Amino acid sequence: MSTAATPLLDVTGVTMRFGGLTAVNDVSLTVGEGEIIGLIGPNGAGKTTFFNCLTGLYVPTEGQVRYRGTVLPPKPHLVTQAGIARTFQNIRLFANMTVLENVLVGRHTRTKEGIFSAILRGPGYHRAEAESRERAMELLAFTGLAGKADHLARNLPYGEQRKLEIARALASDPGLLLLDEPTAGMNPQETRAAEELVFAIRDKGISILVIEHDMRFIFNLCDRTAVLVQGQKIVEGDRETVQNDERVITAYLGAPLEGTTPAVAETVTETDQ
Amino acid sequence: MTTTSTETTPVIPLPARAAAALTGLGALATAASAGLSWTWTSDFPGDLTYTGSPAGLQWLALTAGLLTLVLLLAAHGTPGLHWAAPTRSHNAVLLAATGALAVSLYSVTAISAELGGLANLEPGGWILGAGGILTVLGALGLPLDRRTHVPLRILDRRLFLLVPAAPIGWFAAHAIPGDKPVAPVMTALAGALAIAAGAVLLIQLGHLANTWLRLGTVERPLPAPRQLPSWVEVLLIVAAFGLGLFAITFGIDTEYGELFTGYLLLAAPVVAALAKSGLIARLRALTVKYRPVTTGAAFAAAASFPFTQTSDQYTSVATNILIFATVALGLNIVVGLAGLLDLGYVAFLGVGAYAAALVSGSPASPIHVQFPFWAAMLTGAAVSMVFGVLIGAPTLRLRGDYLAIVTLGFGEIFRITMLNLNGTTGPKITNGSNGIPRIPDLQIFGFDLGKPHTVAGIELGRFSNYYLLMLLVTALVVLVFARVGNSRIGRAWVAIREDETAAEAMGINGFRLKLLAFALGACLAGLAGTVQAHVSYTVTPDQYTFAEALPPNSAFLLAAVILGGMGTISGPLAGATLLFLIPKKLEFLSDYQLLAFGAALIVLMRVRPEGLIPNRRQQLEFHEAAIPAQPTGEPTALTKAGA
Ligand SMILES: Nc1ncnc2c1ncn2[C@@H]1O[C@H](COP(=O)(O)OP(=O)(O)OP(=O)(O)O)[C@@H](O)[C@H]1O
Ligand SMILES: [Mg+2]
Repeated sequence: MSTAATPLLDVTGVTMRFGGLTAVNDVSLTVGEGEIIGLIGPNGAGKTTFFNCLTGLYVPTEGQVRYRGTVLPPKPHLVTQAGIARTFQNIRLFANMTVLENVLVGRHTRTKEGIFSAILRGPGYHRAEAESRERAMELLAFTGLAGKADHLARNLPYGEQRKLEIARALASDPGLLLLDEPTAGMNPQETRAAEELVFAIRDKGISILVIEHDMRFIFNLCDRTAVLVQGQKIVEGDRETVQNDERVITAYLGAPLEGTTPAVAETVTETDQ
Repeated sequence: MTTTSTETTPVIPLPARAAAALTGLGALATAASAGLSWTWTSDFPGDLTYTGSPAGLQWLALTAGLLTLVLLLAAHGTPGLHWAAPTRSHNAVLLAATGALAVSLYSVTAISAELGGLANLEPGGWILGAGGILTVLGALGLPLDRRTHVPLRILDRRLFLLVPAAPIGWFAAHAIPGDKPVAPVMTALAGALAIAAGAVLLIQLGHLANTWLRLGTVERPLPAPRQLPSWVEVLLIVAAFGLGLFAITFGIDTEYGELFTGYLLLAAPVVAALAKSGLIARLRALTVKYRPVTTGAAFAAAASFPFTQTSDQYTSVATNILIFATVALGLNIVVGLAGLLDLGYVAFLGVGAYAAALVSGSPASPIHVQFPFWAAMLTGAAVSMVFGVLIGAPTLRLRGDYLAIVTLGFGEIFRITMLNLNGTTGPKITNGSNGIPRIPDLQIFGFDLGKPHTVAGIELGRFSNYYLLMLLVTALVVLVFARVGNSRIGRAWVAIREDETAAEAMGINGFRLKLLAFALGACLAGLAGTVQAHVSYTVTPDQYTFAEALPPNSAFLLAAVILGGMGTISGPLAGATLLFLIPKKLEFLSDYQLLAFGAALIVLMRVRPEGLIPNRRQQLEFHEAAIPAQPTGEPTALTKAGA
């Protein structure tokens, strides 16, 4: 539940236009400490674009994103520095780096060693490097990838690549984790395991905002769920509210919400502005 | 590649013993021919007329024959020779045999071509030729690791139209009177047609041979190495580097193009054979175990090069190789680690060289100061770095190919500016195309690098001094590359190279890190430039062009990095050495040099796209090859900016 105090993430009136297309239209959303919030909507609804607006990949046309009360600068690395980490819908690992190295890259903002430190290799450098490795191995153990530390990321099976994306994101010690379709392409067992993982992350005190098409996953996990259709947030609330909302049902073209994948609403790309 | 089914069978069905005997006999004949006279006249370079005293190409034949023999015996499990072929692969024997054939066919052809006919061969030459052929025939009858099926690839049928087109073009070119304006165009066209037709035939022949030979790789686990006392293992490393020094020195010291060609023709299959036999893997395991010893041995081997030379002739070549290789390694930071395509990198070498020349005390420099050597080096490095930042700051914010275009432009602008600062078209600073001549030799704490010095009874000339100084610079660059490459900064560079958007999302300030890579690369090139200015006495603008027949230039530097292996240390060093020696030694190719060179590069990139020395990361692929191909998820075609 969002607290009366300043929420962790406070998005107000974010709009993203690409030329004539309004991909995200005046969306507001809050995420409180320790919450798991779901974001659903048909294909092309603007969910990923919304994430990109939060993480500085896109500069929103209008609106504001506040994290812990301060407005986020629209630069991805500063957003990560501030404490928001993310994964990508179409996995974007560093394919030719090892699993461990991927996670170590995630530690970048939390370490300081510069180029001279790297050349001189004083005791401080060794200490920092050892700490980073230890932390990275912890995260690999946490996500169940410890045995694959020395494998190339691109050689991991699909499900493990998704896990590695999460481990890499967690390496930056975020306060809020944005997951973009973390179970896409997973089989039911893997999906259940992913649910466990998300809960375990929340138990570490990290809030989560997750995009998913798997309704069961969303309703099992989330404290609240927001529904995005054609860039607009049409409803937000708990399972009951969302499931029984007329507009949600129409948006999914009558497809039952229990279905794993909603019907594709191809026609939503046309703007109504 | 997915794993295909393999078998271990001969290509030519021969009884196993007969094949082995034939190979052995051929190898022996090849080796023995080295002791015989190959030709009757001393007109062929190297004088191959003596019996009982091998010279030039004959040493290569001896090496090839003996190596084939040793690998053959080792593959058959001959006691005492297990070390030579831990994998006991017969493919290694075939590769060594190919080396023997290459040397023998090349020698026989070169002798008959240069002296005018096969009649110039003495019996030794005939034995050599026969030996090479027999060795390969025998080796093809050995149990080789092969794929069970290789479908025949046939080039696009339309390409074969080039084959009849080539002679037609030739006749057409000859039918046109030479005074017609179209004549040169036709001649050029006919030439291009002939080259293209030749290439088509060669490639198709390659596919045919591939289907026939079906050579493949059978996973052969290395047996656990014998436990040796560590001093023996250390000695082995030292011996290996000694041998390496000897082999490289042999290549640098080759006195005529024929010997160098033979050397290259032998070196390539020999290295491949040693890799197949498992020896290189063994050595690598040792070097990993004794890192500091390995580094020390490599450095010592390189440092002892001048002591193996009787004159400064090849030390000057070696010094220039070091300069070229060091700059290539610097470029590898920019290209190999950070993934930034810099097409004007040689300009940073030029900036360093010019900066050093200006403060060198040369009478032609408008600044009449003479910095001590350390200050000169710092100046060169610093000025170069400033230019790196100036070029990088506005361009590195952009993604994609802008950097390539801007750096290409910068390279040319640098050269043209240096040409124009001549007192007539601009302020008088660089003397235009005459450059800054008479750069005095460096003095390091009273030690004059221009004068010969005697060390341990061996006189080291001017180039030896510079060689050793340059070696220190190279060592520094290697150290910087190794340490920075394997650190938080290096990982961030690789991450940017792999996926800049994801790297940014992991908290990496892409712009700053790219600028850092760019500045560091420029700084190291500038450092090398300071030494180069003093080594070559003169700096002129035309030393720093984009592409030319001789290195170092930006195109060659890039080729050295890509050919050698991006992101590695030894790759660009090896690539630069080869790219420097080939044009230097094969001057007889003259007009066709760039063409031959381009062709060789294309072939190499086809055969070994990961470079001569692949990155550790690419090697990891090998031990994980068993994992089946993954579904690639949704093949969502998101735009570059999208996530
Ligand atoms: N960089 C861009 N330029 C132009 N249009 C864009 C860009 N990025 C996204 N869009 C458009 O914005 C709309 C929303 O896309 P988005 O990827 O956010 O949808 P989504 O809800 O994540 O869909 P899915 O469930 O398929 O992932 C789409 O019509 C898409 O084409
Ligand atoms: Mg999406």
